[in-house]
Amino acid sequence: MSAYKNFSIETDADGIALVTWDMPDKSMNVFTTEVMDELDRIIDQVVADAAIKGVVITSGKSSFSGGADLSMIQASFDLLRQAQAEDPATAVQKLFDAAGRMTWLFRKLETCGKPWVAAINGTCMGGAFEMSLACHGRVASSDKALKIALPEVKVGIFPGAGGTQRVPRLANAQDALQMMTTGQSLTGARAKAMGLVHQVVEPDQLIPAAKQMIRDGLKPVQPWDEKGFKAPGGGIWTPAAAQLWPAAPAILRRETAGNYPGALAILKCVYEGLQVPFETGLRIEQRYFTHVLQTTEAFSMIRSLFVSMQELGKGARRPAGQPKVEFRKVAVVGAGFMGASIAYVTAAAGIPVVLVDRDQQAADKGRTHSESLVKAAQQKGRTTEEEGRALLERITATADYSALADADLVIEAVFEDRTVKKEVTEKIEAVLKEDAIFASNTSTLPITGLAGNSKRPDQFIGIHFFSPVEKMMLVEVILGKETGDRALATALDYVATIRKTPIVVNDTRGFYVNRCVFRYIAEAYDMLIEGVPAAMIENAAKMAGMPVGPLSLNDEVAVDLSYKIFKASIADLGPESVDPRHMALVAGLVEKEGRLGRKAGKGFYDYPPKPAKKKLWPGLKDLYPQKEPEEVDVGELKQRILVTIALEAARTMEEGIVTDPREADVGSILGFGFAPYTGGTLSYIDGMGAKAFVALCETLAAKYGPHFQPTPLLKDMAAKGETFYGRFAPQGRKAA
Amino acid sequence: MTDVFIYDHVRTPRGRGKKDGALHEVPSVRLAAKVLEAVRDRNGLDTEKVDDIIMGCVDPVMDAGAVIPKAAAFEAGYSTKAPGMQISRFCASGLDAVNFGAAKIAQGADDIVVAGGVESMSRIGLGMSGGAWFMDPSVNFPAYFMPQGVSADLIATKYGFSRDDVDAYAVESQRRAAHAWENGYFARSVIPVKDINGLVILDRDEHMRPGTDMQALASLQPSFQMPGEMGGFEAVAIQAHPEIEAINYVHHAGNSSGIVDGAAAVLLGSKEGGSILGAKPRGRIKAFANIGSDPALMLTGPVDVTEKLFARTGMTLSDIDLFELNEAFAAVVLRYCQAFDIPQDRINVNGGAIAMGHPLGATGAMILGTVLDELERRDLNTALVTLCIGAGMGTATIVERV
Repeated sequence: MSAYKNFSIETDADGIALVTWDMPDKSMNVFTTEVMDELDRIIDQVVADAAIKGVVITSGKSSFSGGADLSMIQASFDLLRQAQAEDPATAVQKLFDAAGRMTWLFRKLETCGKPWVAAINGTCMGGAFEMSLACHGRVASSDKALKIALPEVKVGIFPGAGGTQRVPRLANAQDALQMMTTGQSLTGARAKAMGLVHQVVEPDQLIPAAKQMIRDGLKPVQPWDEKGFKAPGGGIWTPAAAQLWPAAPAILRRETAGNYPGALAILKCVYEGLQVPFETGLRIEQRYFTHVLQTTEAFSMIRSLFVSMQELGKGARRPAGQPKVEFRKVAVVGAGFMGASIAYVTAAAGIPVVLVDRDQQAADKGRTHSESLVKAAQQKGRTTEEEGRALLERITATADYSALADADLVIEAVFEDRTVKKEVTEKIEAVLKEDAIFASNTSTLPITGLAGNSKRPDQFIGIHFFSPVEKMMLVEVILGKETGDRALATALDYVATIRKTPIVVNDTRGFYVNRCVFRYIAEAYDMLIEGVPAAMIENAAKMAGMPVGPLSLNDEVAVDLSYKIFKASIADLGPESVDPRHMALVAGLVEKEGRLGRKAGKGFYDYPPKPAKKKLWPGLKDLYPQKEPEEVDVGELKQRILVTIALEAARTMEEGIVTDPREADVGSILGFGFAPYTGGTLSYIDGMGAKAFVALCETLAAKYGPHFQPTPLLKDMAAKGETFYGRFAPQGRKAA
Repeated sequence: MTDVFIYDHVRTPRGRGKKDGALHEVPSVRLAAKVLEAVRDRNGLDTEKVDDIIMGCVDPVMDAGAVIPKAAAFEAGYSTKAPGMQISRFCASGLDAVNFGAAKIAQGADDIVVAGGVESMSRIGLGMSGGAWFMDPSVNFPAYFMPQGVSADLIATKYGFSRDDVDAYAVESQRRAAHAWENGYFARSVIPVKDINGLVILDRDEHMRPGTDMQALASLQPSFQMPGEMGGFEAVAIQAHPEIEAINYVHHAGNSSGIVDGAAAVLLGSKEGGSILGAKPRGRIKAFANIGSDPALMLTGPVDVTEKLFARTGMTLSDIDLFELNEAFAAVVLRYCQAFDIPQDRINVNGGAIAMGHPLGATGAMILGTVLDELERRDLNTALVTLCIGAGMGTATIVERV
């Protein structure tokens, strides 16, 4: 009966139309072209129907809406490319017009002459919150799961449907900038305190409260459309603004090193927009939005951080035909730091866990780790007493291997030693049920070799967690030569259950992530040896977009571990496998100076007791003759850092270790924070083009050594003008 | 090119730039008028013959707005034939006003120009005229905008000046300024500011703290650590100069220039102008230059502009008897001396803005006069005057006796 596919309308006796947004075949409402068309028609209907006095808009889902369908934004990239091919002169104008669709639709809504109230029943993100801001009244449910955010900046764009104009006309400019440049989530209460919603009410009072606003005579005119309107705090030329604006770009630079055009555009939209009438502000926003949409950063970030991440999370690499695994019990063997953490995240996902170690005391110690994490979460208000208790009750610590007999999945997390692993594998398989899957959390030992210890290598797989397990979103799933589809499906179902993102890689020393990380640290060693001041190396890395400097990272993972890995590498692969200068540097730090890393209170940095900050060890200056800062090209340092990692990622594709560019990209961002604005290691190469990348590699190889030599694959791609996403089209999707 | 001569120069004393400062009651325009009156009355100047009045003013708004030199000409009773213009190049405005006037004379356009500057910082606070440089993200970001004090601390960190180094410089500035005042070195140029009845409002630099010692300065907290750390500016400094791990915050109220009120005027003329005046020239503007410099260090422009000026004139360090560099912050002077290996007894020999204050738009004209007086007192010939400037610029002038 409804004239709309995505909305239903019910008008009550008072003439208040309740518009319920409930998209068929979707778990969450999103803005699509169709939704916008329908909303447009609804506004017309509301205006035309004299019986309708006002509108309450809400959602039929548990959440309000996730905002714009980002594949719609992706489509605008295609539109731009197509338009550029047809007629470059009008291409940008077309993009500008498309970018303004939501903006002017929401403007039509707020100036339609009848009052609209958004009844925000659940999480309300991006474009959906921008629509709510265009409503004359906003009521949010007090449901504690409700989140309000304008998170666009996290995928390289920014709130481009009036958000940058309405938020700072409701909230003070500082809060507005903070909210939009970080994309942070607000609770209903916080949104109300900021002035972004009018009321927060019990969930069952939501619709009545929203309707009451209209019955109470809500004016269908926004504050900024009233004569004499002033933004909170008075706008730009006030003493308060004189405190805020000089510092705002500085803080953004501190947080982003200026690598995110979308974030800087937010500042520009607010600054320029608050000095002009509202509609002029909307047009300024539309201009910047059009501009940001054309950046490589927006293209690459949307693809990796939204589309690919979602696809991998939903099991893009899961083999077809395998039934979904429900985990009744997972066993973790080895209750050290990693094992204990794996037990915690498993229990936190609602799965009963047995945590096994060689004696009860060791197993109990592992469980204590979960207790302290639960306590910390409770103190921060993230967990209730009850939830915490239930989580801990799901973890059984024991020395009795028979407790794992009926586990669906066993994760082995014992000491990285082939003999120890062999012994434990045999002990586990002695009791483990036939159809269970065996996973090893090794970070260094090839899976195929370890599978040799198993009676059923097709049920043997690697599940490589990163430390700290509670925080790191990535898991590497490693396929041994004989690993079967059921093992892979089980591993992926497990990773999905604990709400992490998997990448599937083939077996090799260091797998994918650690191979890249070794390159990162090795480049820093080269720079140190060249005499580049250590602070410059660390700062250049952060300016390139890395979250942690390479020397700091090396301290975190331990310098003596690097030393051990070098020694193992020499033992296994011969002396040529390690640069002797690197060996001398690390051996000197470990053996001569006792600088083992953060755990020892000294590594590349000194770690004085808190609250003093860590400080680079002054002795680093004496290790190699130092260059004058003016002799060092910082731009080139940044390039070396990104290129050496990207090149290693390209090698893993060439070797068939990683097979899907989405996994290389997402793995690099989630695994070690590779410059997110690039969209990841391979998007970095695709973004500049293989030809430019090969040329850059050759320049760097001539100056800094053969490890920068472009590989045959890259040269071939450069010659053919190919991209990774074109040549290695993601499975199940057409080339992007 | 016509030679440009300096016939006279005057300045007001510098009043503390706060509401309780002695000159706070004097409107900006009246401060400017006082120096215009003084150059007229001391030289018997027929103001109908004044081709231009050029004054620097960094925040020309409210009572300093709307072309303050022309307004001051009315208050001072100058002929309506004397035009006026106001310029800003931030802290060097007073010297740039002199250079601008000199350029007009050298070109042959003008014969007599009164050039100088005015700033009543107690009445119109820093930054009151707004500006895209620090407010607009499209400018602030590429300009590596920082409060100048953070830039000064960046200079100290990059070039290795400790808290003791900058404090010692400040103590010496106070000592030199006090010594110069005690011995009457400023007597010829400083004119008391009097009220409408002829009663003296201020006749001495009010900001000075003679007898300041290291111990007194040691008790002061660094002024720019808070904006540096909380305001994000340390990250800006480091991203511009990434060899720096952390800023060493050394500057505070005692080793930075004082915020003060004041005005200055320099009487410039061609040879013909001199015959109109019937006066003998005291000095000659030999050369001047401007430059843009590293915006994050911001205050090292004097080094760059000095190099430029030497390159253009063929002069060298040994041709300069005395240097006068505005003491915006102690590290600015220390870096300049380090860059050229200038001994401290040849620079700012009678103290500077750390002791006596820095009335932004006026300072350039003031220190030009100060060093000309000192050349005469020591019977030396040539001086170089220079100032560091916001956003990363430098202005310098070489002046010589005739």
